[in-house]
Amino acid sequence: MGAIANETHWGGGDGVQPLGASYGKMMMWFFILSDALTFAGFIAAYGFTRYKFIGSWPIADEVFNHFPFLHGVDAPMYYVALMTFILIFSSVTMVFAVDAGHKMQQTKVAFYMLLTIIGGLIFVGSQAWEWKNFIKGTYGALETRGGSIIQFVDTSGERVALGDFAVTLPRERVDKGRNEGIWFTNTPDVPSYSLQEVVQGFEKNPNLLIRTEEVVDQKKVVLTREESLARIKDATTVVEGANLIHNEYGHKSFGDFFFFITGFHGFHVMTGIILNILVFFNVLLGTYQKRGSYEMVEKVGLYWHFVDLVWVFVFTFFYLV
Amino acid sequence: MADAHSANGTKRIWNVFIILSLLTIVEVVLGIYKPDFLFKTKFLYMNLLNWIFIILTIWKAYYIMWAFMHLEGEKAGLRWSIVGTLIFLITYLVFILLIEGDYIHNVYRDDQLLWIF
Repeated sequence: MGAIANETHWGGGDGVQPLGASYGKMMMWFFILSDALTFAGFIAAYGFTRYKFIGSWPIADEVFNHFPFLHGVDAPMYYVALMTFILIFSSVTMVFAVDAGHKMQQTKVAFYMLLTIIGGLIFVGSQAWEWKNFIKGTYGALETRGGSIIQFVDTSGERVALGDFAVTLPRERVDKGRNEGIWFTNTPDVPSYSLQEVVQGFEKNPNLLIRTEEVVDQKKVVLTREESLARIKDATTVVEGANLIHNEYGHKSFGDFFFFITGFHGFHVMTGIILNILVFFNVLLGTYQKRGSYEMVEKVGLYWHFVDLVWVFVFTFFYLV
Repeated sequence: MADAHSANGTKRIWNVFIILSLLTIVEVVLGIYKPDFLFKTKFLYMNLLNWIFIILTIWKAYYIMWAFMHLEGEKAGLRWSIVGTLIFLITYLVFILLIEGDYIHNVYRDDQLLWIF
């Protein structure tokens, strides 16, 4: 059923329905088509870059292993799987809202749209939490002259954080804020441990080994103690967490692509939530009941399902493959 | 008749939700445990585990588009104009990138570079 025409609101062409869809619905589909191709381009670029550096790309299981309220527990993939479920479930409530719209049941539509909005908000909040963990970092690492990342393990193969072995040396450099600096500028962030503190701590502790970025036989290569002592001389900076320039997990582009693609997707989720809120209020006000058609709910539902669809692909290519 | 149709509609939605959840659970379990017989066997340059992930994901996409986005109720013309376009363009893009990427990978691996390209 198409939209209703009157003097102030163009109905989309008075019942003309090429390909069987109203104007609004067809335009939403074609917008989704173009946006899907945009994301396909991003994911293809990610695949291309990742496989160019496949020998040193981080392993997703080791990076995304946080779970809320389970501090220090290694929980690979669980939280991201939960996020996928939440988004799929919000899609289901959206379909129920559309279904209720076909039967002109105003309260039911409002109820299901509210559930969808809440699901969307939980997803965006979860994504923000994942970003926070990613940016903050877990173990810390060193970056070499050539831009490689060096991580640390003990002799039994367990990861070791910088703070566990770095010594404390007297510091000259001070982290100044805007009101203490010279011209109301911040200093660049000073890492928690200086390079010397980490290197000396490493040399003092014979149980520590270096874990390189290189992947051989689907596992990261761990150097012997002699090789490690030689390799640590190449280190130039301490890297903690992640930003657009470097990250403690591995290749520089890893952080870049993660922020870019999940950021774009999160932005789409956010606009989807805002559109859903607008339509939700209109449902409450009875706009669509008066109009005689809940097609607007269907159109905004299409956008929401598109967001879910993109997430399914992002989840596969970032976390699984 | 409207009741039967709507009850059917609700049932279909729950069925698809269960199917999607099962597919996701299978993907996540495989992703966490990465069984060796799948992870280490290759088929057409990619390991079987990745093939399974991609096939399951496309299967999920099919269910989301057909059932949730209601493409199954639309005219075939509209369906093809969306799905046909996506499949054609994405396949083309991936095809080009795989071939060119393979070439560049071989250059980096085997040859001496006169300039970084």
